[in-house]
Amino acid sequence: MTTQPGEQTHIVELLRSRRETALDRWTELAGAELRGRLSRGELRGELDDLLSLMLRALDGPDAEAAHDELTAALSEMSRRRARQAFTPTETAFGVFALKQVVYELVTESGSNRPRLTEELMAFSHTVDELGLLTFETYAATREQVISDQAEQLLELSTPVVKLWEGIVAVPLVGTLDSARTQVVMETLLQTLVDTGSLYAVIDITGVAAVDTEVAQHLMKTIKAARLMGAECVISGIRPQIAQTMVALGIEFGDIVSKASLADALEYLLARSGVRIVREEAG
Amino acid sequence: MTDAHEIRHEIRIATGDDIVRIRRAVRTVACAARMSLVDRTKLVTAASELARNVIGHGGGGTVRIERLISPSGVSGVRMVFEDAGPGIPDVRLALTDGWSTGQGLGLGLPGARRLVDEFDLQTVVGEGTRVTVTKWTR
Repeated sequence: MTTQPGEQTHIVELLRSRRETALDRWTELAGAELRGRLSRGELRGELDDLLSLMLRALDGPDAEAAHDELTAALSEMSRRRARQAFTPTETAFGVFALKQVVYELVTESGSNRPRLTEELMAFSHTVDELGLLTFETYAATREQVISDQAEQLLELSTPVVKLWEGIVAVPLVGTLDSARTQVVMETLLQTLVDTGSLYAVIDITGVAAVDTEVAQHLMKTIKAARLMGAECVISGIRPQIAQTMVALGIEFGDIVSKASLADALEYLLARSGVRIVREEAG
Repeated sequence: MTDAHEIRHEIRIATGDDIVRIRRAVRTVACAARMSLVDRTKLVTAASELARNVIGHGGGGTVRIERLISPSGVSGVRMVFEDAGPGIPDVRLALTDGWSTGQGLGLGLPGARRLVDEFDLQTVVGEGTRVTVTKWTR
């Protein structure tokens, strides 16, 4: 904190002596737009804790430790607010409202101490810093939420696309776990039936790592497709994954594997008797 | 050994979601250790295998992932998987390709050993298992 302890003695004294009045007013200002997301009692409890820590941080024997605690408490409060769907402005406004409370207390006390303006400025600065801290924490919390969701989305997307009459493909992206492989397997087998396809490509270009469990799931899917009379080709095994699979000792046996989805399509087109002819230019 | 621990992650292993989290953490640390794409993939896969073992056989546990710097200045990543499960009665058998008590391929433990540079397995029947693996940046 840039302000020195002891600099704001008058304000600290005021807040201490008229603590209940200050807390009531702060709760009233900060809770103007709670819209039922938080009860007034809860808010008052939170602000009470914050005020105690703040007074200790401003003017106490353990100012340093209290300041750390205050920062932690504010961050925690900001994280909670983010989850309770408060906007960062509302959260920060709750903290800034303390300034209003102090101005009112000072005006009411009718004090005309010589250094009062400086004290008020310093106090205002302190509150600003705390308010901005809640903003920072809020942003960090939201980013965490976004990255978590992005990850989940990546794990959930399992479309089966038709490449050609009788040929379907499953482009796998992200991580394959048991639950998701189960979905892939079911969707693929169902699509084979629905479209009357005899050939399928499982493309793993987007899969970051293939461990034994993923390999086992893939093989089970391919075996199940075979039982239904369909032929499966794996494509998109990247160099680093190929090397890892060899080191692991995974063998795909007689399963056909192609470097790219294009190669796999070409192979399956040939298998299904389609001949690709390039038209003469001219 | 005077290893400098720059990055450390401690992750609880209980569900499949934790495996995703571990893979991400391992990838980050391996990137920080400037590992090649192949070595990164190998390390991530080894982490995946060992974490699955902790869930499947050890009933859950923890992993500690840390970046190492050897006295000669070589970068590396160490992972310590610990569980308080039933332990492994016959380590030699468990490290044999194709041997599995579960439903797997039986390649997890021996495969993971081939994916890393140093592999250490401590186990006490009825108390738990600790697998420590290290991979150095080439």
